[in-house]
Amino acid sequence: MMRGFWLLTLLLAASHAERLFIRDQVIRINAESEEQIKLLQALETREELELDFWLSPVSMELPVDIRVPSSSLSSVSEILSANNIAYSVLINDLQECLDEEKFEMTENHIKERSGRSFNFGAYHRLETIYSWMDTLVSEYSTLVTKLEIGRSYENRPMYVLKFSKGGNKPAIWIDTGIHSREWVSQATGVWTANKIATDYSSDASLLDNMDIYMLILANPDGYDYTHNNVHRMWRKTRSVNPGSRCRGVDPNRNWDAGFGGPGSSRNPCSDSYHGPSAHSEIEVKNVVNFIKSHGNFKSFISVHAYSQLLMYPYGYSCKNAAHQAELDAIGTAAVKKLTSLHGTRYKVGSICNINLSSQRRQHRLIIPTASETWLALKHIMEYVRDHPY
Amino acid sequence: MATGELNPNHYQAQRAAKVVQHYLNTRYGSPYRLLGLHRVYSGNAEDVEDSGRKYQLEISVQEIISNMTEKCSAEVLFPRGGQQRSPQVQASCEELLKINTTAQEEALYQQYKMKPSLFSAQNVPDSYGHIDPDTKPFWHLCIVASSFIMLNESSENTLFNVAQVANITQLATENDQLKFDCHVLLHEMVSQEIIHWKLLFIWSPPEGVKVQQMEQLPHCHHCEKPPNTN
Repeated sequence: MMRGFWLLTLLLAASHAERLFIRDQVIRINAESEEQIKLLQALETREELELDFWLSPVSMELPVDIRVPSSSLSSVSEILSANNIAYSVLINDLQECLDEEKFEMTENHIKERSGRSFNFGAYHRLETIYSWMDTLVSEYSTLVTKLEIGRSYENRPMYVLKFSKGGNKPAIWIDTGIHSREWVSQATGVWTANKIATDYSSDASLLDNMDIYMLILANPDGYDYTHNNVHRMWRKTRSVNPGSRCRGVDPNRNWDAGFGGPGSSRNPCSDSYHGPSAHSEIEVKNVVNFIKSHGNFKSFISVHAYSQLLMYPYGYSCKNAAHQAELDAIGTAAVKKLTSLHGTRYKVGSICNINLSSQRRQHRLIIPTASETWLALKHIMEYVRDHPY
Repeated sequence: MATGELNPNHYQAQRAAKVVQHYLNTRYGSPYRLLGLHRVYSGNAEDVEDSGRKYQLEISVQEIISNMTEKCSAEVLFPRGGQQRSPQVQASCEELLKINTTAQEEALYQQYKMKPSLFSAQNVPDSYGHIDPDTKPFWHLCIVASSFIMLNESSENTLFNVAQVANITQLATENDQLKFDCHVLLHEMVSQEIIHWKLLFIWSPPEGVKVQQMEQLPHCHHCEKPPNTN
């Protein structure tokens, strides 16, 4: 009878292209022995129970989360208690949980203002930023071009803005938004791109000697995800991790430099999961391919949020980078300029030493943040221009 | 981990100093007094046999509403051993107590003690970083209560901040204490994880914040554990 009801529900659901999880439970088990892990792994193979492992039984260190269809609840409960496996109920009725989430998503949907001027002091959705890029390019067509360097996991284009007075000069790379939840990073990218276009259309000097490339949305799938759901805190890409319920790789742990080393996790559910291999993420591969094929980048700047820190290599090792003293001097001077605007203090140092020592301030507005950051960026870029190598 | 004199700007001393911030908020925090780590001037670590590692720090803390800063000395002991024991802190920063918040606290307390409708707010700050001015004191309260968790959970390998208050709901006043249910999102810097916790706490001006219950939640932040789970 239960099965019949479930199948009927499934048919109805299929007709609405929506799955129903009425009275399904999500349970959590903290396995206390290898035997328990083995038992849970065996449970995974029992297809008639239709268990959906959100966190697969891998080791005793990680919890095992299972969505148990309502029809299998009593069987599973019996099996677990017969084997002395304790569990807790994470979600009592999954459908209730999902209904709530959907309601909130609708409520949270922000309608973009359609207006003639772009509001740099506000956070915008991906589509709005992309169409703004086109207006920037058309307004400063002799200075700015838009290049597609590839597509994201979910097939969104990745656009780099090239600021150039022509030719292929030694170049500076700036990326923002690699961690999608750090919204002020993407917003600073937008403001900065506009600033470069407006400032350098009159004042030539930097672009006489160098080109600037800006990747504003380095993680477009992640950024979109933080807008479309209640997943405002999403950080990673949105790639599927085979064998895991958890999606996404931390793109900033996916580079081929000290890959898999300290500061990254091999757990797909972790927010600092490095991925199955270096450059496994298409978003990262696109950047690598582009930079390698260009062949003449002299400086790389990646803008994140939060933590008032200006950092130079390395993160995976505390040994001094080559020319550490020079890097430190540039950083220190850049930060002095930043501080001159609003008094915001930044720390300077190698990633290994000062990362994770945040000086967390209260929420800052976009334009003051971008403006002060600009002074530091400008300093760095001018230094690179004046010290060709 | 290094011992001896530490670079005050590097992560080891900074993480220990952050623990002091959490400790001070549990002791002195209120709707109108919230402390943040300002600077670390010096740090020294030494291994204490059978106990753990002890940090001696010279720091300054800043009260975020008045912007007053004070230099303090502090000691943090991170216990060694398999058990997850929380760090022990000793700190004296009593100048900050002299910031007079009594009148405001009393006014808030009286206003909400007998209100027919109970205060409730969600997503503080919101996705855009905004906080309603009326919500701020409750945001502060939840941060103070969260400091008990952050203090408990801290180690030499963590750095906690409050990312957002997902929900703060006032419950019926209990024994003359305002009572709250707070769902908070903590950010742990080393792992970059966002960790959900639910807290039940009480507050009154003379008693300060006292946490009655705290519980870590799974990722789905609408999902509540029913009572009496095994």
